[in-house]
Amino acid sequence: MRTKTVRCTVNGVPVEKTVDVRASLADMLRDDYALTSVKIGCQVGECGACNVLIDGECYNSCIYLAVWAEGKSIVTVEGLKGKDGLLHPIQQAFVEEAAVQCGFCTPGLIMTALSLLNSGKKYTRQELRYEISGHLCRCTGYENILTALEKAINRRDNGE
Amino acid sequence: MFDFEVLYEARSVSNAIELLCQHPKAKIIAGGSDLLIKIREGKETGLELVSIFTLDELRGVSIKEDGTLCILPLTSFSNVIKSPVIQENFGVLAQALSQAGGPQIRNIATIGGNICNGVTSADSASTLLAWDARLELTGPSGVRLLHIEDFYLGAGKVDLKPAEILTAILIKKESYSGYFGHFIKYSMRRAMDIATIGCSVNVKLSEDKKAISDARIAFGVTGPVPRRAPTAEAAARGKAVSLETVEEFAAAAQADINPRTSWRATREFRTHIAKEMAKWALIESIKLAGGELQ
Ligand code: FES
Ligand code: FES
Repeated sequence: MRTKTVRCTVNGVPVEKTVDVRASLADMLRDDYALTSVKIGCQVGECGACNVLIDGECYNSCIYLAVWAEGKSIVTVEGLKGKDGLLHPIQQAFVEEAAVQCGFCTPGLIMTALSLLNSGKKYTRQELRYEISGHLCRCTGYENILTALEKAINRRDNGE
Repeated sequence: MFDFEVLYEARSVSNAIELLCQHPKAKIIAGGSDLLIKIREGKETGLELVSIFTLDELRGVSIKEDGTLCILPLTSFSNVIKSPVIQENFGVLAQALSQAGGPQIRNIATIGGNICNGVTSADSASTLLAWDARLELTGPSGVRLLHIEDFYLGAGKVDLKPAEILTAILIKKESYSGYFGHFIKYSMRRAMDIATIGCSVNVKLSEDKKAISDARIAFGVTGPVPRRAPTAEAAARGKAVSLETVEEFAAAAQADINPRTSWRATREFRTHIAKEMAKWALIESIKLAGGELQ
């Protein structure tokens, strides 16, 4: 088997494409669906730049075969855009707290942040460190990212 | 794009075995968090792969009728950690797996893959060994059961016969019921790092909690394969719950191991730290079991 037609849902839309079986999910999302928020950094599962949600859980798409996406629901940062064009609350918190510098790590972190928001749980700052330990950021020193996460989670809990 | 030759996707366990029989050189890919990285790094090229990743029949954790704890091999680290059955009966496994990789890696890495890689530093290895886990292996000629200790043959080598796959990880009721354990991983970083050394200890105390009915200990990275420390276990079994027993246990554990020097740490460092780890893991295990140490 060298190619395969992969049917899945990408950012809420049912889609299908025939892909090379050697493609990673990151390759498919970027090359076949032009979803370039999915960054390719290390390509070996270390940096989290390629992180996306698959059926609601975080995966590094650089080490996930595209053919495994069959029947799954995938969400990338492009899928967060609201109907009114506004930023998602987690993106807004990242902007407000200057949690973005070069921005290369940001889409991956936003997807982890989204899974934390969706969990409905509360996290201490220490727990948040543990939860983002699969992401490398060369710029921010992480403090502003943690502050943005806390802000978004607080807003969720206050119903803002 | 990954540099492999061809991918066969198994539709069931029996289909996976058929595919492996038809393609004797093929390698099994589960979550791929080890194999895909080796391919990416060029350490493996031109492979034929049989993917078992989508076989949901190999996912889940349960307790069988006879009380045996059964972990299916494709269960992700995250799902083992979250499993109520594991948290209630085998908390130390969750504790060990939570220290592996990072969140995304724990979502994709499978416990079966962690065993079948045959790596001594595997975060599941010392704990499964220390709890007398047995492996169910299914191949063309049927099913066999093997003690996990016998499965590890050498560095990166496991006793997986041609076209055989791991289909369950089993722990008998008498091996887990009443036992409490603690795992310590020593590594340079707290996340996304491989253990310099790993140590898993568990105990079962007498009814009055004054004596150690049984103690078990296993190390990872103190040799080419994860190993139990039998002299240490004997040194604690039947002894009073006391700091003296703990010291004797730790000293015996140190004598049981034979680590090597690698770029991560020297033999001397590993030997030194192993004793401390055995000591603290036993102290924690005794506390979890309700014992008191003066
Ligand atoms: S590019 Fe996928 S984890 Fe770094
Ligand atoms: S903002 Fe540059 S890597 Fe994180």
